[in-house]
Amino acid sequence: MQVSTGKSILNGIAIGPLRIYKKAETQTKQTSSLSPEEEWARFEEAKEKAQEQLAGLYDKALDEVGEDNAAIFEIHQMMLDDDDYLEAIKGIIDTQGATAEYATETTGENFSAAFAAMEDEYMRARATDVKDISRRVVNILTGQGDAAMQDDKPAILVADDLTPSETVQLDKSKLLGFITRYGSSNSHTAILARTMNIPALIGVDFDDSWDGQLAVLDGYNHCVYIDPAQELLTAMEEKRKADLKQESLLQGLKKKPNVTLDGREIKVYANIGNTSDVGLVLQNDAQGIGLFRSEFIYLESEDFPTEEQQFLIYKRVVETMAGKKVIIRTLDIGADKQAGYFDLAKEENPALGYRAIRICLTRKEIFKTQLRAILRASAFGTVSIMFPMIISLREVRDAKELLEECRAELKKQGIAFGEVEIGIMIETPAAVMIAEELAEEVQFFSLGTNDLTQYTLAIDRQNPKLDNFYDPHHPAVLRMIRHTVEAGHRHGCWVGICGELGADQKLTETFLRMGLDELSVSPAAILPLRKLIRSIDLSKAPET
Amino acid sequence: MKQFTYTITDPVGVHARPAGLLAKAAKGLDSTVTITKADGSKSAAATKLMALMGMGIKTGETVTVTVEGGDEEANAAAMEQFFKENL
Repeated sequence: MQVSTGKSILNGIAIGPLRIYKKAETQTKQTSSLSPEEEWARFEEAKEKAQEQLAGLYDKALDEVGEDNAAIFEIHQMMLDDDDYLEAIKGIIDTQGATAEYATETTGENFSAAFAAMEDEYMRARATDVKDISRRVVNILTGQGDAAMQDDKPAILVADDLTPSETVQLDKSKLLGFITRYGSSNSHTAILARTMNIPALIGVDFDDSWDGQLAVLDGYNHCVYIDPAQELLTAMEEKRKADLKQESLLQGLKKKPNVTLDGREIKVYANIGNTSDVGLVLQNDAQGIGLFRSEFIYLESEDFPTEEQQFLIYKRVVETMAGKKVIIRTLDIGADKQAGYFDLAKEENPALGYRAIRICLTRKEIFKTQLRAILRASAFGTVSIMFPMIISLREVRDAKELLEECRAELKKQGIAFGEVEIGIMIETPAAVMIAEELAEEVQFFSLGTNDLTQYTLAIDRQNPKLDNFYDPHHPAVLRMIRHTVEAGHRHGCWVGICGELGADQKLTETFLRMGLDELSVSPAAILPLRKLIRSIDLSKAPET
Repeated sequence: MKQFTYTITDPVGVHARPAGLLAKAAKGLDSTVTITKADGSKSAAATKLMALMGMGIKTGETVTVTVEGGDEEANAAAMEQFFKENL
């Protein structure tokens, strides 16, 4: 038995033979024995076929992963009809007496190199697209196909890297999982894999001897076992069976509303801490993102992230959610979340210290960079902004004023932005007490129950000695929540929970009775919560 | 010849999708449509998708759109409408 590790992009287990996927080796003949006219006719025929394939892929992707993720194949079709691209191919055929496949391959490389040399990050990424369309045509011309999955038996695919079109094209009934040497967990391919619910590992070093061997891909533990020992195999098979059972139970709940037996509806959104979680959000059928923890962008960065960097991240999430609500919480750094370049001084009491909105309102340029990036992303879907750690009306008004400044600047520069809903986190007892006034300023409240509990009970949750004193269901916390919901509703705010308590199934019925409008939980908790909500009957007296 | 200038508001600039739509729209016209950067450094025929993308036009940049031949009046108006709606 051999074990190799990588980075898992989906918690799941796949068991089966490994198959190494080799991209069709394009041994293209350079010189043609046909006339240039005949070669051009061959090219045109292959191009026609490629267009048909792309149209098919677009439909397939549309069906499986939604319009925004499918758009890439529409762009491929347009690129394949580009005049300059076609002229370059024709030029090589005519002047060099070359084969259509040689001309296509060379042109693809030339165009791809031109894109790869561009300044703009977005345009550099288009180099892969030009290569992808060129390879498609060459494969048709040479009769070489995607050899990997033509074999009849299901397998775990092993490859250096997979392009989005390869990922979508793979026959899923035969694809148990995949393993790649390269690629990032944020790549388009990784998002597709998550959306399609295929266990996958990236960053795995493999060699040719793996081909055909039995293996277990363990997505939970980020590793793959080659030629697994019998005990391990048996244990993994059981785990996989349990997963499948759970999965089919939960899959039946997809597309079903979060509604109680007596008809009360509540929104169930997802919390995310990175763009790579978006696939999970879609896969678990969340109605939106209730908490996008933007600080990961700062924590993963060596220096202050620029407006452009942030904008591209927000835009990707907003576009992938395709019109569903995305609530972005502005920077919540400080306390236990530190980034060196912020140069924050050490504090005696970090949880009560210089953090979140307090940093943002004193270092306004950092804050405005983020607000501008969020506003720009709002042109691509439905975006809400949420300010953390609020204790006073003045903070909300100041934050809104800065947001207004950003809007005015963007407008003056002619940069598009959309309507943005504004809300705040309710996570301090102070905010609960003045909820009535705060509700006049914003459109929604989201209860951050982790901090609210810590501040209300004066208990540091990191300290294990306090476990005996800690009660997450303390009546003081529950009354705070009730008070917030009532105050919010009186002034037309919707109220949700985005802390851990939101996924606490012992409280789901209580929350429904309190009138909460939304629960935002980790993606994996969505479908179990939906199941519970659908079994609750509020018309019956509560069990006490 | 008819000309107008336009400032790109699309946050990503002239990226693949609108460039593709522009090429498609321009192909349907009986005029030659040319896009030129404000500083005159780069220009491309509006029918050429990859050349348009290769110009790397960013948000906030101003371009000049030139319409020549055919029904210039109507085609320039159509192009202006297209830019407003898509870019």
